[in-house]
This record gives sequence, structure tokens and C-alpha cells, in this order.
Amino acid sequence: MIDPLSIFLLLLSASTPILFAALGELIVERAGVLNLGVEGMMITGALAGFAVAYVSGSPFLGFAAAATGGAAVSLLFAVLTQFLLANQVASGLALTLFGLGLAALFGKPFEGVKAPPMIPGPFRINWIVWLGLVMVPLIWWFLNRSRGGLILRGVGENHDAAHALGYNVRLVRIGAIAFGGAMAGIGGAFISIATVLQWTEGMTAGAGWIALAIVVFSNWTATGVLVGAWLFGGVTVLQLRLQAAGVKVPVQLLSMAPYLATIIVLVLISARQKFSRRAGGAAPGSLGQNFHALR
Amino acid sequence: MAGAALFRAEGIGKSYPGVRANDDVSFDVAAGEIHALLGENGAGKSTLVKMIYGLVRPDEGAMTLAGQPHQPADPREARSQGVAMVFQHFSLFDALTVAENIALGMENPPARRELAARIAKVSQEFGLPLNPARRIVTLSAGERQRVEIIRCLLQNPRLLIMDEPTSVLTPQEAELLFATLRKLADQGTAILYISHKLEEIRAHCDRATILRHGKVVDSCDPRAHSARELAAMMVGGEMRLIDRTGRQAGDVLLEVRGLSLPAPNAEGTALKNVSLSLRAGEILGIGGVAGNGQEELLAALSGEMRSAPGMVALQGRDLGGSGPVHRRKAGLLTAPEDRLGHAAVPDFSLTENTLLTAGPRKGLVKNGLIDRAAAKNFAEAVIKGFDVRTPGPGTAARALSGGNLQKFVIGREVMQNPVVLVVNQPTWGVDAGAAASVRQSLLDLARSGAGVIVISQDLDELLELSDRFCALNEGRLSDPRPTEGLSLDEIGLMLGGAHGMEVAHI
Repeated sequence: MIDPLSIFLLLLSASTPILFAALGELIVERAGVLNLGVEGMMITGALAGFAVAYVSGSPFLGFAAAATGGAAVSLLFAVLTQFLLANQVASGLALTLFGLGLAALFGKPFEGVKAPPMIPGPFRINWIVWLGLVMVPLIWWFLNRSRGGLILRGVGENHDAAHALGYNVRLVRIGAIAFGGAMAGIGGAFISIATVLQWTEGMTAGAGWIALAIVVFSNWTATGVLVGAWLFGGVTVLQLRLQAAGVKVPVQLLSMAPYLATIIVLVLISARQKFSRRAGGAAPGSLGQNFHALR
Repeated sequence: MAGAALFRAEGIGKSYPGVRANDDVSFDVAAGEIHALLGENGAGKSTLVKMIYGLVRPDEGAMTLAGQPHQPADPREARSQGVAMVFQHFSLFDALTVAENIALGMENPPARRELAARIAKVSQEFGLPLNPARRIVTLSAGERQRVEIIRCLLQNPRLLIMDEPTSVLTPQEAELLFATLRKLADQGTAILYISHKLEEIRAHCDRATILRHGKVVDSCDPRAHSARELAAMMVGGEMRLIDRTGRQAGDVLLEVRGLSLPAPNAEGTALKNVSLSLRAGEILGIGGVAGNGQEELLAALSGEMRSAPGMVALQGRDLGGSGPVHRRKAGLLTAPEDRLGHAAVPDFSLTENTLLTAGPRKGLVKNGLIDRAAAKNFAEAVIKGFDVRTPGPGTAARALSGGNLQKFVIGREVMQNPVVLVVNQPTWGVDAGAAASVRQSLLDLARSGAGVIVISQDLDELLELSDRFCALNEGRLSDPRPTEGLSLDEIGLMLGGAHGMEVAHI
């Protein structure tokens, strides 16, 4: 009954929300912005997506709405940090609290109803799962091969130098923040529209925080994010199977296993000199610092 | 050589809240000319060139480039019109490669392979070897500057602006830079060269425009004037002569033996078998290019980095294993390079900042309680004794200008009557007047019988102050040599020479 293929398919599905959120946050952090509001953007996307999908009957319209909703709340963060130069950590935490509260408030009418069914993509795998898998090489290519990615990395690495060379630091960062919001929104909507098939308050259950951790421990690379997301998805599937099989381990321990395993493995991977700037990739030089140009 | 005016500025003005950065500035630069822009810190040099490069917009006045109006909205527009700039603080991206850095500085960079080929060609042509695949963090200061210069050269600039480019170079590297600039000028490029190193300007520049308080005060041929005359134009009055007299070498105060410490972090430098001895009344100068262990040496002497017992002895007393407070009590005081953040806490008042280092020695802390009145008195004494321009001891450290804060930081240590004082970059980024008074206070301290170690990258300063000179190179300290009769060439060789640069061969 536990055949490897079906496990892998479940793993793909379980890792998709985190993959989207972490890829989005990867772009945001590479641009030098630390947005801790991933959880808030995910839950906003989860509700916006579910509501539109339920009302319109089209799950795909729902995902479009989730991306829009995620981007919209992320722009609040953008206004706070890029124009009002508010502290990024505090603004990100506020965004998470705001998103959770907002979604709980407007989500009341949608409790207890069921999401419309989705048409599966090739190999009976959800289209959104496919989209997530395609995004990994796309984002890798964007960061490492494209002109736009070079500018984005430049802005994140040294915003003063980027400004001195004539790049619009603020614009690049706002774009990155909005993209991160849209990706987190899609990730959140995948939970409500494609996995749980209904809306419940706080249903993202800390996935946004795991996505943030994955970005750090992936050493800010797209492939690292994929590995981290799959690891989390894999242990999630495994512990669900173990729960179903009635293994004599407290449920609470099993439920926390994915979070614990992901963090432990990623810490071990990243422990080897990864934080040394000489060794290779590492935190973007201007990460979390506000930029203010004197004109 | 020098032709018609390529660039002309007329009546340029720029104000910031409370500061008139530039006021009615007019000057011109001819094609093929190396034109110096001279002035003290805060004279408005950087603001002026930022306007030419499109980073800042002038409030009034007009600029022309080759007869056309020059009003760049941003640096990209300035670059497209043939203006290139090498910044004082490198505008490089540490984690990116040389090729990526250069691509970011170009409007339409060619494909990766072609860009690498062009970098190779230009670096060959000008004798500035560079590997396009290297990451910036792995490069020395001289190599980093090569990246900036090649980034400019790839765009065939008509006007090249250089903002204090030699402050991080060894004398040999600086010579090679000037050889490159001269080649460029001979090809018709106009070069605007900012510096406050007078000898360098006298040796290499065709013309000089002198700025003071944002205004052009003079324009001259620097080769026809002495460094003293240029300095007088810069500060608007005669410079005070440094008084070196009246000092006698006494007993050995500080003895450092076989001091070896691992690098504190990935970017740091390990200290390798450093030995020195310092006598009473003596000033020992330690030169070196940034990043060769200066900060680490200061930290090892202050006690911030613990050494093994027996490595550091003050007046015969072993302090090798003790920490900063213990060493301060014994009389070994230090003033680190970074004024804001290391030597002083930016948001603390001057009174609170005096407590940080003078607490143990001046008895400002009694039974675990701060003696506020004594601390305030001491802060006031430092402000008065060292002519620190500030409203009072309650002012936050960050509100002071660089020169005033530096006078305060040095004064705070000097007025504790140290047995030995170690300072790192005592006049970095400080205008000429404040620098002279800081240097004089170090000489006065030595005259009173203390030993002084000056770590600096400013060779002129070291030659002016020190009795003996040693070079710090990759964490190793050379044997000291008497400063009398030491030439800049010899010093350059002590500092490790030119790190693989060669003369341009066009």
C-alpha cells in the first residue's frame, strides 16, 4: 500500500505551498528585503483564492485572486518599509498578524462550504504543482543568467553601490516584494483550494515560517529551496502515513516531525562554512537594511 | 596635450538642509587634461562630482559637455554621454564576480563570453590583470580599484572622474594608477581627479581647482606651487607647523613578543609572530594597506582579542592574558579606527562615552555606581582641552562631525595620562586643521614621557610623526627602521610593493 510513486506524488502536493512561498521569499531576500510576513500573505491568499474559487466555481480564477490578494497585502509592507522606512522585522511581523486577523474576519461566511473540484494536469498531478516545479528552474535562470536577476542581486548585495550606478533600488525592491506576495498567496491558496478543500481559520499552520527558514538554510538558492520544500513535504506525508498506520508514537510528536526534521537537516547542511562570504553564496549584503537616497 | 574645454560648469549651486554644499562653482576641464579638484573634507568636492555624474541634481547653474548642455537625470544618462566615475568608497558588489560587477556598470553589456574577452583585452592593454570569474571579496584593495577602472574604460569615457582613488593603494600601485591615467589623458580623455594628497597632485596634475566651503577659491598650476602654498589655499590660512622637539627616548615601556593570533573571522587577518618594543617618549609608526592586520593588532593590544600570557608586557608587567579593563588600569590605552561604533557609541552622550574607556582609570565608577558629576567634569575637560566644537557634554556622539569626534576620542585617552597609547588611523577622514591638532596632541603626549604607537595608512602622517617605522603586511610586522632618511620607495617595498601590477603597455 505504501508504494514509492504514490508517496512521491503526495510529497509533491504536500511541499507545494512551501515551495511557492519560499521561492517568492527567495526573490524578496535576494533584493535585500527581509519580509517576515509570509504567513500573513499565505493566509490572505488562502482566503482570497478560496472565496473567489467558491463564488465563481473556477479554481484557476481562485489562484489568480490569491496571487492578487497576496501581492496586495505585501504592498502594505512595501509602503511601510520602502517609503516610510519602517523597520522590516517589525513590519513583517505586523503583516503576519494583520493577514491572519483579516482572513479570519472575512473568512466567516466561507466556513463549512466545499471548494469546487480541480481538473488535474498531466499524470493526474495538479496544475499548480506543475507550475511550482517549473518555477524552480525559471527562478534559477532569472537570478543567475538574466540581466534583471543581476540587477536584483546587485540591489540586494549593496544598495548604495546599485544606487550609485543609477539603478532604482526602491522600484526593484517593490517589484520583488509584490512578486513574493503573489507567490505566497498562490502557496496559501493551494492549501485551501487543492489540499483541504475548505476554509478554516489559521489553516496555513506556520507554513510561512518554515518557508522563511528554508530560504535561509537553502543558502539563498532556488535548488536549495526545492530540497528544503521536498524534505518538509516528505516528512509530512510520512508522519501522516504513520499516524494512519496507528504507530504507538504520540500524535503531537508526529505532527511536529516535519518542522523539526526540516530545521535539523537544513541546519546541518548549512553548517559547513556556508555563512562565510568567501566560500560562495551567502546572505545578501544589504539584507534587512532600509535604503534612503539623498538627492 | 590639453585642448579646448570639454566640460564646463557655470555657477553651480546646491543646498542641503542647513548646508550650502556648493555655491556659484565655475570651472572647466579640457580634453587630455588631468585636472585636480582640491579641498578639505566637507569643501563640496564630492557633491560637485556627484552632480556631474547625475547622482545629485544642482539647484542652480549649468553644465556643458563638449558644447552640449549636460543635465543628466541619473548616472545611466551621464554614462551614455561619456562620463565615468571611480568612487571613493568602492561601488562594488562583494558577492558578485568581476564580470558581473562590470556588467552592472554598463548600459548594454555584451553576452558573458564576449564581455570576458573584452575585459581581458582592456586589462591587457592597460596592464591591469584581472580574472573575470573572481569574486570581489577575494580581491585586494588595489585589484578592486582595477575592477572599477576597467568598468569605466570599457565605456570609452570622455570624462573620467576619480574620487580619492589612491587612499587605499601602496605608493607603487598609486604610481601605476597615474601611469594609466596619463595614457588615457594622452588619448584625449579628460580626467577630473579629487584628492587632498598635495604631493600627488603636484606630481601628476596639469591644473587644480581649489574649493573651500563650497566655493571655488582659486585655480592654479599645481606644479608651480609648493605643497604648503596649496594647503594654505585649501584651508584659507597658514598651516600650523608640527612641533616635534623636546622628546627623549627613555626606558622600554611596551614589549610585544611573538604575538600570534588566528583571524577573528573569515574576512580578518591572522597576526603572525608580531614583536615590537616601544620606549618612553617615542612614537612608533606602523604603516600598511588596509586589511593587513591593523584592526587585529589594535584589538590584540587593547585586549579585545585575548593573547597568551607573556606576549604583551607593559613596564615589565605581563599583560598578555588580561582583558581591556585590566590593561587600561595598567596604563595601556587604545583608540580604534572606527569612531562611530567602535571608539564611541553613536547614541550615547559624550559624558556616557567618556565612561566607557575612562571609567577604571579616572575613578568615574564608585561601588558599582556611576559618578555622574565626575564623568561630566572629565567630558568637559576633554572638550575644553581638545577644542571639541559641540554644545556640551550632553550631546550625542553621532551629532559631532568626524573631526570633532576624533578630537574627542583621542583627547579622552590622552587626558587619562596613558603609559602607552595605541591609535589606529587617528586622522582618517578628518580635515586638515583637526588633523594637525590631533597629531600635535600625540607629539605632546610623547614629550610628556608616554609611548605612542600610530597605526595609519597615511604615509605622510607616519613620516611626520614617527621616530621609527614598521610595515604591517598580511599580519606580519617588519623590523622597525628609523624614519629619518626613509624614502617613499623604500616604504612601498616594505608594504609589499604593487601586488602584481605592471606598467601600462600601449
